[in-house]
Amino acid sequence: MTEAAVTGVLAPDITADMRAARSHLARRFLKNPLGVTALSVLVLIVLAAICAPLLTSYDPNNVSVLHILQGPGAGHLLGTDGAGRDVWARLLYGARYTLAGALVATVVAAVLGIASGLVAGYYGKWFESSASWVTTLLMALPGIVVLLAARAVLGPSLWTVMVIFGVLLIPAFYRLVYAAVSGVRNELFVDAARVSGVSDLRIIGRHILTVVRAPIILQGSIVFGIAIAVQVGLDFLGFGDQAIPTWGNMLNDGFTNLYRDPQLVVWPALAVVITGVALTLFANALRDELEQSARPRRRRRRRATMATPAEVTPAEVTPAAVTAAAVTAADPVQRDSDTIVHEELSSSAAAPLLLHIEGLAVGYPQADGSVARVVDNVSLDVRRGEVHGLIGESGSGKTQTAWSVLRLLPAGGEILDGSICLDGEDLSTVSSAQMRDIRGGRIAYIPQEPMSNLDPSFTIGNQLTEPMRVKLGVSKTEAKARALKLLGQVGIPNPERTFASYPHELSGGMAQRVLIAGAVSCDPDLVIADEPTTALDVTIQAEILDLLRELQRELGVTILIVTHNFGVVADLCDRVSVMQKGRIVETGPARAIFADPRHPYTRTLFDAILDESQARGPYAESRSA
Amino acid sequence: MLTFTVRRLLYGVLLLFVIVTLAYLLLYAAAGNVARTILGPTATQATVALKNKQLGLNTPLISRYFSWLGHALTGNFGSSWFTNQAVTTAILTRLTVTLTLVFGAVIVSAVLSAVLGVWAALRGGWVDRFIQVFTVLGFAIPGFIIAVFLVRFFALGTHWFKPTGYVPLTTSFSGWVSTVTLPVIALSIGLVAGVAQQVRSSVIDALRQDWVRTLRSRGVSERSVLFKHVLRNAGGPALSVLALSFVGLLGGAVIIEEVFGIPGLGQVAVLATSEGDVPLVMGLVVAIGVIVILVNLAIDLLQGFLNPKARIS
Repeated sequence: MTEAAVTGVLAPDITADMRAARSHLARRFLKNPLGVTALSVLVLIVLAAICAPLLTSYDPNNVSVLHILQGPGAGHLLGTDGAGRDVWARLLYGARYTLAGALVATVVAAVLGIASGLVAGYYGKWFESSASWVTTLLMALPGIVVLLAARAVLGPSLWTVMVIFGVLLIPAFYRLVYAAVSGVRNELFVDAARVSGVSDLRIIGRHILTVVRAPIILQGSIVFGIAIAVQVGLDFLGFGDQAIPTWGNMLNDGFTNLYRDPQLVVWPALAVVITGVALTLFANALRDELEQSARPRRRRRRRATMATPAEVTPAEVTPAAVTAAAVTAADPVQRDSDTIVHEELSSSAAAPLLLHIEGLAVGYPQADGSVARVVDNVSLDVRRGEVHGLIGESGSGKTQTAWSVLRLLPAGGEILDGSICLDGEDLSTVSSAQMRDIRGGRIAYIPQEPMSNLDPSFTIGNQLTEPMRVKLGVSKTEAKARALKLLGQVGIPNPERTFASYPHELSGGMAQRVLIAGAVSCDPDLVIADEPTTALDVTIQAEILDLLRELQRELGVTILIVTHNFGVVADLCDRVSVMQKGRIVETGPARAIFADPRHPYTRTLFDAILDESQARGPYAESRSA
Repeated sequence: MLTFTVRRLLYGVLLLFVIVTLAYLLLYAAAGNVARTILGPTATQATVALKNKQLGLNTPLISRYFSWLGHALTGNFGSSWFTNQAVTTAILTRLTVTLTLVFGAVIVSAVLSAVLGVWAALRGGWVDRFIQVFTVLGFAIPGFIIAVFLVRFFALGTHWFKPTGYVPLTTSFSGWVSTVTLPVIALSIGLVAGVAQQVRSSVIDALRQDWVRTLRSRGVSERSVLFKHVLRNAGGPALSVLALSFVGLLGGAVIIEEVFGIPGLGQVAVLATSEGDVPLVMGLVVAIGVIVILVNLAIDLLQGFLNPKARIS
């Protein structure tokens, strides 16, 4: 009860918040030049229709045999039509009927669609299933044919036809409102309102209807445009009420006189097109603003010193993250201190360098013209055959460094400075075609999130064999044999079955094994593993680490593993580089760093390991150290 | 896959049954005194009664409906009240013409939207802006207005194409092209606008997926990433838009056929509904219902091919 009471108090705040967002929407819409222009044009057209008697002195239906097909000017602003009627007058009065007809259809569709959508979305049950059935039925009917049939039995009344068309358009509103309401039905603030005894009707009116108001206006303008098009189309076919001036009737007259006076068809067509374009632009502008306000502005709190890096989920590179990283990178505290380098242990020092990164800087150009540096002056040596851990908190630039080696930085990102040498060849300067040869063949990549890194539309087999056929030039059967062997090697129990499976049929652990198999499929020298265990269950994590260690021993491949977890480093790595705020702060053999972490940030990371034997040191102390 | 197909087919048949029943009852209930309409105001009361008996209109509506349904199941939809031509013949002779236009428009739109959408997504800049403008215009301008201007400029103005009529493909290829091109263009423009926009946004969306980076990291060529992987993933949503537009396309064909004087289903529809020829209208309802259901089934199967998750085994 207390919880409900608390949220109950919160509910008005939330709605007030949303109302504020909506008034922002209206205000922002008025700043959208295209939207305002479109709206003004629409208002002008409506005004012209209302003020028709003031703008012309002619009767739109006044037939005059003496004045047939006169050109523009000479008393008639736009000339006369095939029956000698004034075109300008017919255009103005036609707007009245055409727009009013479309309004009838829109209102019928909106009232019935919103009402049924609200009931189906809010109460569900039998009404929901039957309503969705009727919707499918209505959507399977071609509108024009139904209207023609209706006209055949009910006669050529504009209003009847538009009411029937409104009924056919109910799904447009029903589906929108239903989706919105069933989405919002179980929101906490609606629950809270319900628990605190607010009646269903009030909940619908205050909390639900307000949410869908703007999308309804958007849908309404689209439906209005469709109604105009269909009504004009029917009249154009000659199925309308010939006694009233409509744009469709004018088009019909113009088309029959297409040979004699081609300009007659232009005016009503222009009216329809201008109205249609204005409605579409209005809807587009509204949609743009709506999408803007639906996207909450993400704020990323600046993490000054990491207390628990293991709990932080590494974020994707959003502009906000980049800016945040840039802010921290600009922090002068760590700028001048050099990387702490530990002495090499005698055994590993002998191996030659495979990857040598020198002074690497990575940046993202910002809207204001500046460049946000997310990696700055990073130097890193990875020796052949070793497992090298690159450790740091989220946003420290470790994944950006890894992606730079692959030259697969997200859109906008670029290597600003420094060199990345693989076996002496600078990857930052090779052509993109050469880089494509190097990727997969000499450098491979194991991603962080297994499920999102497999193409959902192709089988595992297809995705495994494609690179092998390109890189190794083997036949389809050979590639399949290799893929099956690899799947067995990475511990997949039934390789044949997995080979034929789609990604969504695999578990996360299985998918990660498949991705590891893919990474080593073309015998790379260097495998870059970007937090390969973060997205997995704890038990699976250990298995994947075992697998990586095994593969490393069997294939002799070099691994650069990006992680935020010293447990992974302790388990797997020969050497470690600690990264903070886009720089390497400490590097050396894993043992040496474990024995004697010198940089305060390294110590903070150590303290973050949850270890039963040793409680974490006081926060303030580790910070001042 | 088979059970999925059968279930969708059964659902379609049920839908068709409901539509046909509603249409039959509504049309006959509202039809009024048909014999009087056919024979005109000068006919005597006796001839009207006789005509009513000939048409079978003197029996109760429900029993007439069941007898119609029984005949319909054997492919016999009766004959037109005004021309006495069998409904099945009247529709089948025109069906191919309309299907040529509609499927021509679907194919042209699918190809053009894929090209324009991918182009806009990849190149951005002026190509993208051009396609945005084209989308707004294509969406806002009704197809028949485009048709009128196509007739004006390309048939009457330049004589490149025939303004009216239809030449079957079997008679003359060039004649077929010169009569079919303009109607197909008029039908396609609105469709291309909607589908190209969808292709554009789903390609942009697919390019942002993690698996694109992983594919590139494997050294897969950019061409394969784009045309094999990204396009296949972007195809599903685009296909949905195409499917939703199909019913509208059939309606649009009715008007377009009128503009170009093409003897298709649209002309039958206009004729039958303006005269109140109920047996012919019922035949049209069935024909269009069957087309819509078959097309939706085909789209569902294609969706399953594109998106393995949509497959129901």
